[in-house]
Amino acid sequence: MELREFINFPGLTFPGLKITLLKPDIFFKQWYSWYSKIHSSHLESPLEVFHNHVYRLGIPDSHIVLMLADDMACNYRNPKPATVFSHKNMELNVYGDDVEVDYRGYEVTVENFLRVLTGRLPPSTPRSKRLLSDDRSNILIYLTGHGGNGFLKFQDSEEISNMELADAFEQMWQKRRYNELLFIIDTCQGASMYERFYSPNLMALASSQVGEDSLSHQPDLGIGVHLMDKYTFYLLEFLEEVHPASQANMNDLFKVCPQSQCVSTPGHRTDLFQRDPGSVLITDFFGSVRKVEITKDTINLTSPVEPPIKRSGSSDIQIESLTYVDQLPVAEIIHQKPKQKDWHPPDGFILGLWTLILLVFFQTYGIKHLKHIF
Amino acid sequence: DSDPVGFDSLDLNERRGRSTDAELDRRDGTRTSEALTPAAAARDEFQEELVIRPLHSGDIYASFQFRTLWDTDFLQEGQKVSHYRLFPKSLGQVLSKFSVRELHISFTQGFWRTMQWGQPFIPSPPGAELWVWFHDTVSDVDGNWKELTNVLSGIFCASLNFIDLTNTVQPSASFKPLGLGNATDHRFLRYATLPREIVCTENLTPWKKLLPCGSKAGLAVLLKSEKLFHSSFHSQAVHIRPVCQDEQCTSKAWELRQTLNVVFDLYTAGQGKKEWSLFKMFSRTLTEACPLATSSKVYVDITDNPELFELSPATPLLSQAVVLGDRRTYSVFDLTRAETFGQLRSLNLLLRWKGDGEMLRPLLHAERYVAGFGLQTGEIHTVIYNNHPYRAFPVLLMDSVPWYLQLYIHTLTVTSKSRDNKPSYIHYQPAKDRHRPHLLEMLIQLPPHSMTEVTVQFERALLKWTEYTPDPNHGFYVGSSVVSALVPSMVAMNTNFTQDQPLFSSFVPVKEESSYFVRVYTEPLLVNLPTPDFSMPYNVICLTCTVVAVGYGSFYNLLTRTFQVDEPSLPLAKRLANLIRRIRGVPLLT
Repeated sequence: MELREFINFPGLTFPGLKITLLKPDIFFKQWYSWYSKIHSSHLESPLEVFHNHVYRLGIPDSHIVLMLADDMACNYRNPKPATVFSHKNMELNVYGDDVEVDYRGYEVTVENFLRVLTGRLPPSTPRSKRLLSDDRSNILIYLTGHGGNGFLKFQDSEEISNMELADAFEQMWQKRRYNELLFIIDTCQGASMYERFYSPNLMALASSQVGEDSLSHQPDLGIGVHLMDKYTFYLLEFLEEVHPASQANMNDLFKVCPQSQCVSTPGHRTDLFQRDPGSVLITDFFGSVRKVEITKDTINLTSPVEPPIKRSGSSDIQIESLTYVDQLPVAEIIHQKPKQKDWHPPDGFILGLWTLILLVFFQTYGIKHLKHIF
Repeated sequence: DSDPVGFDSLDLNERRGRSTDAELDRRDGTRTSEALTPAAAARDEFQEELVIRPLHSGDIYASFQFRTLWDTDFLQEGQKVSHYRLFPKSLGQVLSKFSVRELHISFTQGFWRTMQWGQPFIPSPPGAELWVWFHDTVSDVDGNWKELTNVLSGIFCASLNFIDLTNTVQPSASFKPLGLGNATDHRFLRYATLPREIVCTENLTPWKKLLPCGSKAGLAVLLKSEKLFHSSFHSQAVHIRPVCQDEQCTSKAWELRQTLNVVFDLYTAGQGKKEWSLFKMFSRTLTEACPLATSSKVYVDITDNPELFELSPATPLLSQAVVLGDRRTYSVFDLTRAETFGQLRSLNLLLRWKGDGEMLRPLLHAERYVAGFGLQTGEIHTVIYNNHPYRAFPVLLMDSVPWYLQLYIHTLTVTSKSRDNKPSYIHYQPAKDRHRPHLLEMLIQLPPHSMTEVTVQFERALLKWTEYTPDPNHGFYVGSSVVSALVPSMVAMNTNFTQDQPLFSSFVPVKEESSYFVRVYTEPLLVNLPTPDFSMPYNVICLTCTVVAVGYGSFYNLLTRTFQVDEPSLPLAKRLANLIRRIRGVPLLT
């Protein structure tokens, strides 16, 4: 792709950082596009989407929240550990060498998913586990797994319903956590999940209508599970042709996987979306571009600070030599005094008990008898 | 800036911690003031090393150690460390924000088989293990611990946020600091282990990003996940502690050691052939040392040569080191010298087995298992073996059992050679349901050439139905026991600290010549708790609703239903006739 094309890219613009031609890295300051995925039981689909396409089209790892409920790559039943293949010819390892899974195993719960969306996370949650979007961000959410009419299964033990999802999106809208949101779901009866949305600027795609099942594509006879779902497979085939300057729009995305290929009828919903789907580019959601401002001025790089040879303070004071701690001081351990327990104020129960005792006491004897005690 | 961690203004792409141009610009203005504070631009150095130890069963053990030594003091008042070079910024900020004195975290997949493989250089239990010594200026240790585990779970992409008060213990005698210091108040120590934690590429990726050269140059190019996880044992760890800066030991320096131990299996990765090479193990060869490293070496253990195996390319450099109580000889390949790589500019070590040898039996070894039947009670047996022919030595056994296995300490027995062995020190902290696990620490004297068995009975608790994991029939894990001991050494250990000591022999500080410190981890236990039938709430609702509907419904009908006679409707002709008859006043037709 030409540099000129790249610079003229009509994306959302922010005040970006000024960068010179000397600098090799680009420093991201604004969140452009967010991509959040979850999977319940199909691991290859989100990984393939992540590895091949979203990553390739420019969304960095820090803008991706990946939730995988099962560990398949390093599971002992995987004949080739640390690898996950999306095609039975085993060409491309979608688990890659630099995948970063933010929520894995038991952390993938309905509660955590909704908390990530709405931002109501405990204050000590690290940044990689948060959705740090603002009102200029486009968010892409991709869900896959087993579902039914109005719900999606999580971990075989819980479900998320379409009403919960719609309410979460409304919370996001009211807190201005997204500019536009694209929701893709690949489960049985997936269209039921977007029926209840009522917030603006939402566009949704599903792999099947209510009453239909989504089918999977290819089995792997070595492991005994299917590798990918039909809808996702054809969606990814479509995305292969998308490059960062592509002008493909959402109408093309809606045509992916007709009933002849997918057996189920994919559906979509655009009535809540304010722009015309024909004018929305695929790369608005799947890719990310930063505005680059190039300058021809030269900047002098300052010489590195010379490290001082010795510390300034230690020459005057005579410090005794430090020692390592004894790893197993037997004599000291045997004669160890019992640990001083930190004093805590009395617990609620004890406090209540004492209050009761004192109340009964004063009830029986009255206040004026206190002087006999004190 | 008041925010030492600066998480809010940092981008996550800065995990490596290299200062960017923006920060350099900002620092220009403050450069003059910073030059007065010595900690701003302190010396740091980086060393990397790989030790390859062929095992007698035909497997091969490779141990990587990457050490960054930095002359600075994070915790000194009034000095803000803002210039990071080789030391990763993410870890530096964690240390200063939470006032951490020592941090040890390890992620392990597989179990170390001591009887077949000997003692590892750096032991670690299966799953994730985290133990931290906080500085004595910290007032709320539990709060700092909780936040620290959350921050680390983000850095290492692991579910360390599952560490909370229900699986954290405060050992009273084990896990003394491995770094410098004198006061050891165990109130500032926290230890937790997650035996269920899996290790995969997503944990290796951020670990590799902490290295100065990343995975682009030096020994770290060998770390490819497809090969590393296709092994019997894989353990990656990060150890941060204060150490002596030089031989006089007058000042402290921070040491960050990243270690990766891996054992490749003869049959799965080796295809049954007792012939190993770097290419076969890692699918890569070495082409250069990390340019930022002051030393980059590969050691191959040739103590049992020439009977055991043949090494090529041959190298004249030899080194002897006393490690784990034994004097071993190593062939050294120095990667900073160009001639190591030969004509092809790449180093591929080849080890071809020639014969079988006898492995030195490890002196200390421990096992653990659950005995009993049924889902109500059980018994935990911990067996510790002392294989020394004539020396007895004490060991410190630490057991941390979750609260849902209710231990009955009155049934605790310690027997050696079928006689009662009374421990000289016992510390027991009982569990509090849903708050605290059990902690049992004992100092036991092991008689020579004996087997000591510690047994304790327990009862399994019934959890609340929301506390079960999504797969409760898999079972619940109990973390490994830790056996710490000073094992008598066969050769004199080196108590002097020298700068050019190989890294694998300088991990544990040696205080006396006659013994060496070792830590042995037992297997984790997998116990089944009585599991309810999770479809029962649905069944109960259906059944109750049916019973209520049928019972109450019939009762209600009986009380309130009345019967009325209903006239059948007449055909049209008869209805018209009835109309006329009504007018006439004559009795109606039926």
